[in-house]
Parts: sequence; structure tokens; C-alpha cells
Amino acid sequence: MSDLLNVENLWVKFPTRTGVFDAVRGVSFRLGRERLGIVGESGSGKSMTGRAILRLIRKPGMVEADRIELDGEDLLGKSEKDMRAVRGQRISMVMQDPKFSLNPVMTVGDQMIEAYRLHARASKAEARQKALEMLEAVLIRDPERVMRAYPHEVSGGMGQRIMIAMMLIPDPELLIADEPTSALDVSVQGQVLSIMDKLVQDRGMGLIFISHDLNLVAQFCDRVLIMYAGRVVETCAADKLHEATHPYTRGLLNSLPRIDAPRDRLDVLQRDPAWAAAPSIGPDA
Amino acid sequence: MTPALSFENLNVWFGDGRDRVDAVKGATFDVAPGDSFGLVGESGSGKSTIMRALTGLAPHWSGRMAVNGQPLGPKRDREFFKTVQMVFQDPYASLHPRHSVDQVLSETLYLHGMKDIDARIVRLLDDVGLGSRFRFRYPHQLSGGQRQRVAIARALASDPAILLLDEPTSALDVSVQAEILNLLTDLRAEHNLTFLMVSHDLAVVSHMCSQLAVMQNGEIVEVMTVDAMRRMTSDHPYTRALLEASLGYRRAAE
Amino acid sequence: MTTETSEGLRAWLLTETPHSRWQARMGSFYQGWLTLRGNPMAMFGIAILVLLLLLAAFAPLIAPHDPFAQDLSNRLKPLGTAGHMLGTDSLGRDILSRLIHGSRITLYIVALVALIAPIAGLLVGTVSGYLGGWVDLVLMRVTDIFLAFPRLVLALAFVAALGAGIENAVLAISLTAWPPYARIARAETLTIRNSDYISAVRLQGAGPLRIITKHIWPLCISSLIVRVTLDMAGIILAAAGLGFLGLGAQPPSPEWGAMISEGRRFILDHWWVATMPGLAIFTVSLAFNLLGDGLRDVLDPKDGSQ
Repeated sequence: MSDLLNVENLWVKFPTRTGVFDAVRGVSFRLGRERLGIVGESGSGKSMTGRAILRLIRKPGMVEADRIELDGEDLLGKSEKDMRAVRGQRISMVMQDPKFSLNPVMTVGDQMIEAYRLHARASKAEARQKALEMLEAVLIRDPERVMRAYPHEVSGGMGQRIMIAMMLIPDPELLIADEPTSALDVSVQGQVLSIMDKLVQDRGMGLIFISHDLNLVAQFCDRVLIMYAGRVVETCAADKLHEATHPYTRGLLNSLPRIDAPRDRLDVLQRDPAWAAAPSIGPDA
Repeated sequence: MTPALSFENLNVWFGDGRDRVDAVKGATFDVAPGDSFGLVGESGSGKSTIMRALTGLAPHWSGRMAVNGQPLGPKRDREFFKTVQMVFQDPYASLHPRHSVDQVLSETLYLHGMKDIDARIVRLLDDVGLGSRFRFRYPHQLSGGQRQRVAIARALASDPAILLLDEPTSALDVSVQAEILNLLTDLRAEHNLTFLMVSHDLAVVSHMCSQLAVMQNGEIVEVMTVDAMRRMTSDHPYTRALLEASLGYRRAAE
Repeated sequence: MTTETSEGLRAWLLTETPHSRWQARMGSFYQGWLTLRGNPMAMFGIAILVLLLLLAAFAPLIAPHDPFAQDLSNRLKPLGTAGHMLGTDSLGRDILSRLIHGSRITLYIVALVALIAPIAGLLVGTVSGYLGGWVDLVLMRVTDIFLAFPRLVLALAFVAALGAGIENAVLAISLTAWPPYARIARAETLTIRNSDYISAVRLQGAGPLRIITKHIWPLCISSLIVRVTLDMAGIILAAAGLGFLGLGAQPPSPEWGAMISEGRRFILDHWWVATMPGLAIFTVSLAFNLLGDGLRDVLDPKDGSQ
């Protein structure tokens, strides 16, 4: 068993007034120690997939799967208490907007120290030292000052770096990043990505990178799943994304305006109902 | 030829005294009639603030702003709003959650003193590719792209000559972005519109505009044509950095 | 046949493509009703309130006796006495009949306060929030002054100045009830004021009056309605409290608070005389609270827009 994460036939269902809505429909994939990108438009189920792995789907939503295994260990059968130990300890998640993920009334330092002491038995001084190290690891130049700051006093890029630092404190095996750079400016985006990249490589973590940005995923990840209407419609190596064959992927790529190739009109994606009806591509395709 | 929009040494600030923040400092540029002009920069660079000052939503400014040669005072009159209209960034925030499409458009038409409101609503909805099926829907029954189409219809209701576009597609999926950008291109050709467009996305601006101004920290660092930008013949280091960043993430090792 | 038409009506209401303003509006009401119907506690509250409305409407037909008819030979009869299901009070009047007639007074008070207080609060709050500056300063300080007094004490002072009676009690309660609504409306207005949809309508040349009445009010009203239904219990209790102190409805009016007040003298030996109107107040207050909780789920714009 060399797979870090093994997901088989994952469904996320929401009962509604008009029947059951399937947000994720039979998604299967395996993840080694690599960077896996999940791309799709809003409503394609990409975020739900990430949350379902951590069993973070709110009631009345339901998660069903044949198998969700982390290092061969079953996550589906775990009690809520055991799941809490997995979340944060072994799998961490970075959300889109740091403003909503940080506690506004605690200083950054206090939050990091608390996060560390939740996971490891350590004195305050040790935890503080560890927090400083983590902030340095995400290239924050003046960690002492940032430790004293409140979340509203730091910029978006800084906030996202702090979030990543916090998520990395317990040394997780898998990092799930849900649109971690979408709220950031392009120049800051590059910095945050290179930090994540370096950390993943140095520590041998697995990374699931959820994004709507095809170009970004193509450049940043090793492998890509393309999701549409809750299903995986195509999977390919990231550097081959521009040679993708599925009409949906092609349509998405062609609808992007390009600086180097001016056009009068952009191609508009023609949606085919058959894409949504076809079964998910399996992990071995 | 009189420029459609003209800004001369425009300063815009928020707050007073110690809290004063200078959002725009000494901005000067002209937009020719029928042209499409882009304002590019990162968040906080003051690009949206220029639009808000022009429309009177940011009240503290100095310098000179003119629409079709007419200098603007502290107040905007009906005539101004008939000439200049705006499409906002977030279609989820720019439509009143309790007003149906019909209410939004009929109120706008009424405010501009239009007569045949019914017929005009139908025509506006056709213009933006929605059709009258959508007329009585509420915003929560519409997708992001459909909402933005409604917002565009609202902006077009007064038959304006100048349309201000504040990141009109940044909240939308790429496939929907393509539809909206195509729609804007078509409308510009049909109605002879002048565009002033704000975006952080260089690719979108290069697709839509012929000229652009790059902003940093409230100042315009460079005004250039899109062709020049495509050839990467920029003088200013910030513009270059922005261009390189928008061409994508490069792994450090490579 | 009926199922067929009701199915048609349902489809007409739930359609994604309404054909008229009327249909769109009815459709969104129906959606709200469906949400409300899914909440059994709220439905229980509605059931009680509907019952109360019916009781009040048909009071003379339902009540077994004249609420004012005294029968001194029959005074202080216990529960279950033949002809007097809930017993009689100190003057031999039938308690059940008095309760039924009293529901009219209760509804009258509740309806008037529920009209006056939130509307006054809405006006003050939205104007103050939207215009800001010195208008805001003055209006909010006035609100603070009203808020600084304990509610019942202020109501007492008003009634003392205006004279006892139901109308004056309603007025006094309304005068003390509006400031919290003004606060809520102002807070909502402050968040709405800077939103893009308000900017958008300002760019169409709309003035403050139109923006406040047509754009801000519809968004504030829902949270006010929720707040009013939750406050309704307090209003009934305040009215009952004034009645109890002899400053609200005057005897022999069968107002529930006044009835408790009269029964107080016999509470040890003849507990039902004070307890029955007390139970009535409790039930109606509870019903309003349950309804308020349910309405919050339906009307809260934060949920509705998602």
C-alpha cells in the first residue's frame, strides 16, 4: 500500500425539497506523495470532495463511499472523536479567505500557540518557539511583530501565509488547499504558491490543490482531476493539461482570454448533457 | 476631438486628518469616444476609486474630471447618469435581494423618465441575451452569469454613451466570463459605447481594451497600448513584474 | 378533480419562470410557507394564534355566558362546576366567557402596538442610518434616552400622565417599545447603505427618500417582523402588567391582566381565578415566540439569499 490517500466511489448527497441532490457523484482517486490538482467550475463538487475526505460536510448532507483510506487506515468508520484527531493532526485544510479562518479577537501568536498545544504536549515557551519557526518557514520577515498582530492588521497574502503556517504546525501527511490563492493579488499568489511548493517537497507531504484556475493548476501540480457536475470527467498529468481531450476541458481552456494570442471573440463553452451523465473516470484511467 | 472621459491630476482621498488615506494621487489620462480603456493594478491600487470618484460615490476629490468636455462639479445630475453608467464587480452583491428582475429594470427606466417601460424591459432582456423568461425571477433564482447580465441590462437602460466596468467578470467562472466578455464586445459595437474597464486580470484587459493604464499605490505608473503590452515592451519595472506574474506560476527550481 | 387543480396551483407557484409580477410574488410567499410548514413548533404556534383569532371574532357566539353578568349567589365556584367550566370569579362571572371576550382586548392591544412601535422604530432607524451625520447623532441620542428607562416604569409614567385606559396603555407600551426597533433598523441600514445595489440605484439618480422606502425598508422589515413576534409575549405581559397595576384596562373589562389582578385577593383559597387568565397569557405568549422562531428561518435575508 503505497498510496497516501485512497478514495473510492465517493458520493456527497443533500436532501432537498425536490429530491436528493448529488453534489459529488462516484469520485475515485488515489494520491501518493504528490500534488494533485482538482479543477472545475463553481458547483462542480470540487470543494465538496475536499471537505468530504475530512468528513466536514454539514448536516443534512451525507457522505457515502466504498472506501476513504489514509495510509491504509479507514476514515469512514471512525467516530467523530477520532476524526477530530485526524483533522489538523494528519490532514490539514487551508481555505480560500484567511479572514474567515482566523479568530478575529485573538492575536496571531496566541492562535498559533494554541493550535500547537492542542496537538502536542508542550510548554508555552516551546510552542512559541515552534510558532516562530513556522512563521519563518513561510517567509514572514518579522515573525515577532506578526505574532503580536490581530488578523485584521495583516494583509491578505500575509494572512494566507499565517494560515499555511498554522496548518503545518502538526506536520500533517496531507494538506488540502481549497482555492488558497484566489483572494490574493497575482504577485502575492506566486509567493504563497512557492512557499507551499517548497514545504510539500521538503516534508514529503501529499497535497490536494482545489482551484478553478486551469493555468495555475497546470503549472503548479503534478496531476489533475477535472470535475464537472460532481463527476471526474478527465484526469491527466498536469503538464499535459493543454493537450487534454475531453470537450469540457478543451472548452474551458479555449474560453480563457490570452495575452499572447488576441482574438475578437472568445469561444463559448457548449455544455453537453452527456458529460454530466457519464460515470466518473476511475483512478486507473 | 473631445475625449469622452478626461482626468487631469485627479486626487481622491478617504477620511480626514490623521486617518486620511490617499487612494488616488495625480491621475491623468483621457479616453477617446468609442474607445475601450483599461485600468490595471492590484487590490488597493486605486483603480476602482477612480470610477467611484467619477460617479460621485467617492465624494472627496480634487483635480479635474470631464465627461464629453463638460467638467464635473461636486454633484452629479440626471443628465450625467444618462450618459455614464456602471457595472459592478460582484453580481451577487449588486442586485437587491428582494427585487425581481422586472422591478430592477422598471424602476431604473422610471427614474430615467422613460415612457414605454414594458416594451423596453423586453428589449433590454433580449439585448443581454436573457429573454423575457427571466423577467419575473428574483436574484436567488439566477446564476452568477445571469445576474451579471441583469446588471448590464440595468446599466444599459438609460442608453448611456459611456459604460464603466468594475471587474465585471472576476466573480464568475471562466466559461461564463467568456460569455459576458463576448456580450460586452457585441454591445459596444451595437450601441457605440465607450468603455472604461477596471481589472486585475491583464488577459481580460488585453482582450477587451486597446489602451491601458497600470496603477500602483494610487499612482498611474504607465499608460500604454495593449499592443505594446503584448510585445512586452514596457518601460516600467512594475508593469513587467505584473506581466510576468500574470503569465503564470514558475517553479523556483526551473 | 381537486387534487388536479391543487397540483396545477403548486406547479404555478413553484415555477422557475413566472409570467407576471403577481405570480412571482405569490411564488416566493409559497416558498416561505413551505419552509414554515416544515417547522412543527412554528405550525403549533400558528394553530394557537388562529384559534385565538377565531375566538376573538366569534366571542359572543362561543362564550356560554355574558362576561359582565354578575351572579353573587354563584361566586368563586371551582373548575368544572356545571355551566361554568373554568369556574366563576368573586362576582360570580363566568371565567371562560371572560377569557374569550378578553382575547379581543389582547388582540387589540397586540395589533396596535405591533403597528405603532416597529413603524416608528423603522422610520427613525433607517433615516438615522442612511443620512448619518448630525441627524444620526440627534435621533440616536433620543433613542438612548428612551432605552435608559426601565420599560414598565416608563410606561407607568406615561399612563400616569395620560390617564388610565386601554388606549393610553397601548400608547405607553408603544412609546417604550420602539427604541430597540430603531436600533435594529439602524444597524441593518448601516450594512445595507454601502452595498453595491444601493450604489447602483444611486447611479440611476434615485434620491434618499426612494432609496430608504423602496430599497432599505424591504430588507429591514423582515428582521423587524421576526423581532416583533418574539417581542409580542413581552407586549402582552406589559399590557397585563399595566392591567394588573390598575393602570390599563379598567374593571369590569375582561382584560387578562386585570383579571389576574382581581383574582390575586383569592389566590390562596381560590387559585383558579388568577391562574386561568395567567395560563391564557402564557399560551398566547408561547405561540408568538414559536411563530417568531419559525419566521426567523423563513425571513432572514442572510439565509434567503443563499
